[in-house]
Amino acid sequence: MVIDLDRCTGCQACVVACRQENNVSFAGEKEARLGRAKFWMNLISEAKGTYPDVEMRFLPIPCMQCDHPPCTIVCPVAATYKNPEGIVAQVYPRCIGVRMCISNCPYTVRYFNWQAPSWPDDYKRGRNPDVYKRRKGITEKCNFCIQRIRKAKENAKREKRTIRDGEVIPACAETCPSEAIYFGDLNEPKSRVYRLSKSRRAFRLLEYLGTEPKVYYLKEGEWDDG
Amino acid sequence: MDSEAIARKYNRILAPMTRTGWKFWAAVIPLSVIFLWSVLAFGWQYHWGLGETGMGHPVSWALYLVNFVFFIGISHAGALVSAVLRITHAGWGTPFGRAAEAVTVFALAAGPTNILFDLGRSVRFYWVALHAQFKSPLLWDFTCIMTYFTVSVIFLYVLMVPDIGLLRDRFPGRRWLYRPLSLGWTGTEKQWSILGKIIGILCVAVIPIAVSVHTVVSWVFGMQTQPMWHSTIFAPYFVVGAIYSGIAAIIVVTLALRKVYHLEDYLKPYHFNNMGLLLLTFTLLWAYFTFAEHLTVGYAGGSADLAVLWSKLTGKYALLFWIMVALCFVIPFPILIFKRTLPGLLVSSICIIIGMWIERYTIIIPSFIEPRLPYVRGDYMPSWVEWSMTAGLGAGFILAFVLFSKFFPVISIWETEKEEKEKEGHAKGE
Repeated sequence: MVIDLDRCTGCQACVVACRQENNVSFAGEKEARLGRAKFWMNLISEAKGTYPDVEMRFLPIPCMQCDHPPCTIVCPVAATYKNPEGIVAQVYPRCIGVRMCISNCPYTVRYFNWQAPSWPDDYKRGRNPDVYKRRKGITEKCNFCIQRIRKAKENAKREKRTIRDGEVIPACAETCPSEAIYFGDLNEPKSRVYRLSKSRRAFRLLEYLGTEPKVYYLKEGEWDDG
Repeated sequence: MDSEAIARKYNRILAPMTRTGWKFWAAVIPLSVIFLWSVLAFGWQYHWGLGETGMGHPVSWALYLVNFVFFIGISHAGALVSAVLRITHAGWGTPFGRAAEAVTVFALAAGPTNILFDLGRSVRFYWVALHAQFKSPLLWDFTCIMTYFTVSVIFLYVLMVPDIGLLRDRFPGRRWLYRPLSLGWTGTEKQWSILGKIIGILCVAVIPIAVSVHTVVSWVFGMQTQPMWHSTIFAPYFVVGAIYSGIAAIIVVTLALRKVYHLEDYLKPYHFNNMGLLLLTFTLLWAYFTFAEHLTVGYAGGSADLAVLWSKLTGKYALLFWIMVALCFVIPFPILIFKRTLPGLLVSSICIIIGMWIERYTIIIPSFIEPRLPYVRGDYMPSWVEWSMTAGLGAGFILAFVLFSKFFPVISIWETEKEEKEKEGHAKGE
């Protein structure tokens, strides 16, 4: 995944789309203040300076899907692992809620179900039937809309071909009005994300930890697209 | 000497098992109430979820982990101290042995229970064994703690067998309990030699096991990427802290026993003086490690580590941090140097126990408040559920000890007798 910060307007559409697609439950205002809100896609906004010289910056943070994930090795029951596609997956039925993965994630993008999941009544009908509903007491996280990847893979298999670049799009990328989020196969040199990840503007979060995140950001300011 | 004579001679040690006054009930009833309350609190939390605690994002581990580390720390007292004192033939350790070993077993029962409270799905705790993944430091913990617990129970039990043999003969009404436990102990030559061998093996075995336990407890934190946890000295730092709080716990427990059960003849100021010196050594060791750890981070730590460090030194956690320094060093250090009297030891030991609990709190919580990526921030305040469980654990621990003292002698009779004989032997110049 590549996220172009120059294009991000901070509209939060990705956050909403993600919530809708992945059945991320609602915490409510009171619980959210206690840190029980879940944001598989979390939009951080930062205001710099004082009026009238204010600069707003935005940083959408999904799971980084590290190539060397610190979270998977610490799970005592192997409820989380890096799957062959490189996605750090969570096996919900296996998880017993130790939360060591949460504490060892330097990006703080793993979320715990502090309560039984709940949704507003009129929202319930809109839940995605393809996505597992997580019970209380287990950990969940962004998985690049793995259900969409599965579907695309099945289609491709049926039609005896490989997945085309741009065929799979996670909900956040699909909905982004300014098209700031790109998704594709980083191992495929012809893919758009591969090209963008080599851009001079590309950087990753906390690179010095050696976690090798698979989410690249393109920094703002330079208009030349690398 | 026959059992009659021994029983008469050690009347004071056996007395608590025969008499049960109002004081016993005055202690047991409130403790049981607190304990049962914590069981209710756990039921509440189990039903409604961990949202009933004060934890949230990003503070995903809190008071339960503090209690876990704290009680496991206390448990180091026992087996380790009594094993080391036995191996080095430090006779002054004899009257502390039984109490220390019992502290170990009960603290080891209390500590890991916190993990049960902390799990999102507590009933599935056995999956840690069923689906074990040895890459996780938690599994190292699980393995080491289970080993230590097993060995500690055996250690406590084996060292009690000759005394249980005596109890079997003295308390016909409790034969149902003592007869199977005594394993047919009659005190023959052969039985003594087997006992001696087993104790020898256990003493040597229990030391590395005890050290390994707090080492891996520290690695649960030290192996992680959280700022100020990823430290190479965490293992020895935790081991020292564990023994430190453990010795303090032994002193408080034995002082209480001495007072309540009138054991002044066996637990003499001379014994406590030596224990105080041991405590003083660990005060210095603890201060040394604490200083080294914080200076290293302060001098060359990254920005994430520094944020946590400053929140401890001058920020949000400054009050707790400096209370900890006062309780673990500033107060006990001069007392232990100049006034190793019984009240002095009691005050410093209580300070150290509270201080070491705060130490674990200030190691765990501030790192969560300021995670490495400087965006997500949170706060933490323990809820009534967490306080109830903490109180329940403390009450359960004391309760277990009170009940234990009603069924088994809190000072090893056979070892006291043996030591006395050896002394007489020396006096006669044999």
